[in-house]
Amino acid sequence: MSAADEAPVVIVGAGHGGGTLVGTLRQLGYEGPVVLIGSEPDAPYHRPPLSKKFHADELEDPLRPLEFYEEQGITLRLSEDVVAIDPEARTVRLGDDTELAYSTLVLATGAEPRRLPVPGGDLDGVVVLRTLADARVLKDAVHPDKRLVIVGAGYVGLEVAAVARSVGQQVTVLEREDRVLARVASPELSEILTGHHVAQGTEVLTSADVTGFAGDDDGHVRAVVLGDGREIPCDLALVGVGAIPRDELASAAGLTCDGGIVVDAATRTSDPHVLAIGDVTRRPVGNVEELVRMESIPSAMEQAKQAAHVIVGKDVPAADVPWFWSDQFDLKLKMAGLLRPGHAAVVRGDPTTGRFTVFHLDGDVIAAVESANAPKEFMAGKKYIRTRQRVDVTRLADEAVGLKDVVA
Amino acid sequence: MPSVTYVLPDGSEQTIEVKSGLSVMDGSVANNLPGIEAECGGSCSCATCHVYVEGEWAAHYGKASEEEWELLEFLDTVQENSRLSCQLVVTDAEDGLKVTVPEEQG
Repeated sequence: MSAADEAPVVIVGAGHGGGTLVGTLRQLGYEGPVVLIGSEPDAPYHRPPLSKKFHADELEDPLRPLEFYEEQGITLRLSEDVVAIDPEARTVRLGDDTELAYSTLVLATGAEPRRLPVPGGDLDGVVVLRTLADARVLKDAVHPDKRLVIVGAGYVGLEVAAVARSVGQQVTVLEREDRVLARVASPELSEILTGHHVAQGTEVLTSADVTGFAGDDDGHVRAVVLGDGREIPCDLALVGVGAIPRDELASAAGLTCDGGIVVDAATRTSDPHVLAIGDVTRRPVGNVEELVRMESIPSAMEQAKQAAHVIVGKDVPAADVPWFWSDQFDLKLKMAGLLRPGHAAVVRGDPTTGRFTVFHLDGDVIAAVESANAPKEFMAGKKYIRTRQRVDVTRLADEAVGLKDVVA
Repeated sequence: MPSVTYVLPDGSEQTIEVKSGLSVMDGSVANNLPGIEAECGGSCSCATCHVYVEGEWAAHYGKASEEEWELLEFLDTVQENSRLSCQLVVTDAEDGLKVTVPEEQG
């Protein structure tokens, strides 16, 4: 064994991916040293409450109890940054200029919120949401007397809008595209959700081009400025316009990147001693030809499991159908599969009842499912996507027909 | 503290103490037991903390809620005593509980 083989598995990034990987390594019997490095001061925590429950006590929810890391012999290094990788020497350099050797390096650096390159973007009160620290700011700012403007109608933006509205806050959502969730949901779901938010008193403006933020004399945001000159007054502006993969380290080290670190179905990068997992990766998914950058916890956890198997030299488990969830007001949304142009949408259930599902069909095979308060439809849909089960479209659309009886 | 026995996917058994008020899922996650994945963190949003509740304990806990059963019923591994372990709260009244973790989750 060379010195490098006895070096620790080093994981850069202590989010859901990194946090899951350390546990799985031990479950699979890996007994060597493991170092988990995170740039945030908090030990790995659940991220969904940041946008779904930031007003509540459940906001702070660690992935594992703190004593877990000591019990499992995991060296947790928080508030530390890795600034460079030397793939030849198999070392990483930390912010304090020390070096750390690795046997295997796992990059789980995630993504960072995209900022708007417009005037006023650095005013006080123009915020983003990614970390627990960001969510604490949001929690302190949510108040019925304060006006919140959310720039970007993605899932994070709409979840925050729902929470803020539910505590009586005045909320405006601005979206550049002509519908909410334009990148990530079907037009059918966009329309239904828009109706739901508007019915709850949220103002939703689409095709709204944000050109700047106007501040008061104290340097605090007072309005969001639109391309047509309109000003939307606010006390806080949350910018939620997507995330950029944090692949700079990998790219500087010569690893193949393409808007994210390119990995295979076992999380391998172009360097034999470096794996990558989570939001930072561009990965194969299902039978889709191009690589996909997923931004979801199930994807990060699945890749963490794959990476752990690679490290201990066991067969890598097969990938499951991608899925994610979102909570907005009383709607528990669950999505599975991948939306692609050319699919036919079939709605099952009456959206006005709050329980409905949009199935997306490739011929008579389900390719994707978007469900609200319909766990059975979601689970059946996910299963049928996985097994490429042929279905009878007419029966699928009829809520009176049981989901076991929709198979063709 | 109440003790809970987990029959793991490889057939081995582990008995651990779970703090009263936590769930069967929490106990597994805190002790890094294999099998239970808990992707959604315990919000009854996925089905990756599936267990079989053994013996009399199944009746003790009673039936799953409608939402929980909908998540379970399309799993290949579902049985009558299937539950999502995030929904099973452990107190002193559950001391001695036994659950089996199926090989496949989700």
